[in-house]
Amino acid sequence: MLIEVGHFALALALALSLVQAVMPVWAARSGDQALRSVATPAALGAFACILFSFGALTYAHATSDFSVLNVVENSHTAKPFLYKLSGVWGNHEGSMLLWVLILALFGALVAVARESVPPTLRANTLAVQGLITFVFVLFIITTSNPFTRVNPAPVEGNDLNPLLQDFGLAVHPPLLYVGYVGFSITFAFAIAALIEGRIDAVWARAVRPWTLIAWSFLTLGIAMGSYWAYYELGWGGWWFWDPVENASLMPWLAGTALLHSTVVMEKRDALKVWTVLLAILTFSLSLLGTFIVRSGVLTSVHTFATDPTRGVFILAILILFIGGSFTLFAWRAPMLRQGGIFAPISREGALVMNNLFLAAACATVFVGTLYPLLLEMLTAEKISVGPPFFNYTFIPLAIPLLLIVPFGQTLAWKRGDVHAATQRLFAALAIALVVGLAVLALTWGGPMMAPVGIGLGAYLVVGSALEIISRARGYGASRTRGAAAIWRRAAGLPRSAWGTALAHAGVGVVVLGIAAQGWATEGLKTVKPGESLASGPYVATLDRVGPRQGENYTETTAFLTIRNAGGDFVGTVETGKRFYPSRKMTVTESGLLTIGASQVYASLGEVLPEGGIGLRLYYKPLVLLIWLGAVVMALGGAVSLTDRRMRVGAPARAKSKPLPPGMAPAE
Amino acid sequence: MTRKSRRLVLIAACGAVLALALGLILSAMSGSIVFFRSPTEVAAQTVAPGTRFRLGGLVKDGSLQRGPDQTVDFSVTDTNATVQVQYRGLLPDLFREGQGVVAEGTLGPGGVFRADTVLAKHDESYMPREVADALKAQGRWQEGKGMTDAKVSDSKPSDIKASENGTSVTGKTLGQRSER
Repeated sequence: MLIEVGHFALALALALSLVQAVMPVWAARSGDQALRSVATPAALGAFACILFSFGALTYAHATSDFSVLNVVENSHTAKPFLYKLSGVWGNHEGSMLLWVLILALFGALVAVARESVPPTLRANTLAVQGLITFVFVLFIITTSNPFTRVNPAPVEGNDLNPLLQDFGLAVHPPLLYVGYVGFSITFAFAIAALIEGRIDAVWARAVRPWTLIAWSFLTLGIAMGSYWAYYELGWGGWWFWDPVENASLMPWLAGTALLHSTVVMEKRDALKVWTVLLAILTFSLSLLGTFIVRSGVLTSVHTFATDPTRGVFILAILILFIGGSFTLFAWRAPMLRQGGIFAPISREGALVMNNLFLAAACATVFVGTLYPLLLEMLTAEKISVGPPFFNYTFIPLAIPLLLIVPFGQTLAWKRGDVHAATQRLFAALAIALVVGLAVLALTWGGPMMAPVGIGLGAYLVVGSALEIISRARGYGASRTRGAAAIWRRAAGLPRSAWGTALAHAGVGVVVLGIAAQGWATEGLKTVKPGESLASGPYVATLDRVGPRQGENYTETTAFLTIRNAGGDFVGTVETGKRFYPSRKMTVTESGLLTIGASQVYASLGEVLPEGGIGLRLYYKPLVLLIWLGAVVMALGGAVSLTDRRMRVGAPARAKSKPLPPGMAPAE
Repeated sequence: MTRKSRRLVLIAACGAVLALALGLILSAMSGSIVFFRSPTEVAAQTVAPGTRFRLGGLVKDGSLQRGPDQTVDFSVTDTNATVQVQYRGLLPDLFREGQGVVAEGTLGPGGVFRADTVLAKHDESYMPREVADALKAQGRWQEGKGMTDAKVSDSKPSDIKASENGTSVTGKTLGQRSER
């Protein structure tokens, strides 16, 4: 019964989102203000309905209701409870439902947020958001219904793919989706602005918190996915340049550019058309990502057998939104009043360079990801564009971008001074050079690029710290030297300054982690109990190989002891092959030993009859910095969200209405 | 600086970055793209030795041999031609004789393919698309039969196969890869 009600609630959400989409437009035509205000309750209603629907599906998964096809295909009574819950979105139908749930959540948040948004802009934004929700709910109902029943109900389900039975599935998709789908709001704002033919600093200020939320979550989602792939795939890579990964990286790059261009728009009333274009582009890339993942058009390690009608439907959605928005852009953008052109050497000039490099990097990823598809369509020739392509094109564009990051922070608005900026950054440049040279000397004979990367990372981290220090110390007459005064002033700096510095330092930390992988080592050997395998400064000894019983699997586990070069005990690692009887599938579980920010990573290969095993052992120096840096970046986004100017003009919000969950970081 | 010269600087910067990106893409396109080849194409000697490419097909039954020090030999076939493959490393969990596989590497002297990456899909019932297409080209493949049968029967749940209707929730469902 609950399942049918859940299905019905989805249909109701379809109707409500249509109301949300149509009414504001109708109101604009007829001038009826009452009609326009209908959009707010409609958005809240659609969210409530989808939430109920999602709850119904979750209940079916939690109670292993095998009369529901979706549960039969993806669940099993023996599956641990956490995976029963995360299994809700561990399949196509459920993940699409999560997608629209987050979409409707953002619609509801815009509806209740008391920002200083002009009513027309808000109504139009809600209308666009309603249209997106309508189309995707329609997609679910017509092609991907998660509530299909089976009669008679089987006794047991097929279980979830063992690779997905992991904590990563519980965290990564929701984070990534909040990021992906969060950009629908900036898209809706951009379309609303185009419909109105008016855009100004108020618009930029209204959009900024949404961009920050989406960007922070997307950063976390990508990082979490990367870490999951790292430990689950068993070969120690943290980024594969896989089409599906690129699909999440492209909106991130465009979204990062958008985050910076809205600052220019807010402060300097410039880059308007470009910002609108970026907002459209970012969400279009999110949609493209959905298309790539959901339709299986691109061959990747992630692709599966998929239903072609779904691909066609999503392609139609893609054409509707991307084609429609670009047509609208081409038609209305010339009407937007252009801002002034500013000096190349200035804060805004640096931000333009940031946008240029990010857009160019995004374009290379786009070409590399879609070129194989295009070529196959045109010539039937199958190619694969792998890491060499992306490393060759992406890194040369990323390095100049990273070099200008501290400069941009240091330059003044309107009119910057390169000489002064260089002087202020002198300490950062010097430290970076010393660190790079010292590392080079210490690791002489090793990879040459790694010390360069370490220097670059140090430059970013130190540059960000210097920015805070020099702002706290003050300039000219107000310059102070007292430590207490500096500390007091630093605490009083705008939160956005802290957020910027944190996020940029986070980028530096990521760069440090990536660079350190130049010294990663690996060993591969057949080892018998008592034998050892070395990798980097650590040696793993196989103690024994034995069976182990899990909740819904049996495991052949290799127990290893890790010692350092001096023979001292460091820790133990277990890696195993898990056999899941429900799917008759074997999955390798890698073993990790974290030592500071570095890790020793063991992966089990073939277990030989005479007791030997194939063992691969990696030493990954400072590898955790890659993901910790991403967390610092997201933290920077969160700190920026608490900035005073985000709250200006919105004093009544907290009192008037309780905020739905998820809004909390905005405060 | 006048308004005109500011605009010129802006345009020049845009042009420079775009030219850089375009140049990088074009030069990478010529150097780092890997083509997909079937054993039949390899047997017809259309691939120059030393060129990196992806070889796809089925692992021939009975061809898997484990050597010392984690080396493995196996043959990849599209039922028309067979290519011998050499690899050192851990094979993916779903690597099986008779199943689809994609290997990346170069063709050594003597026609032996030296792979440094071996990919197998993460699902028992899944066939890599290139492999399916290559087999179709050989007339050995029928849609909806054999290992790729991914159609889910709605009427009889007992027939439901463990197919993946897009388990990739996020973008990050994991395929199986093994790389040296």
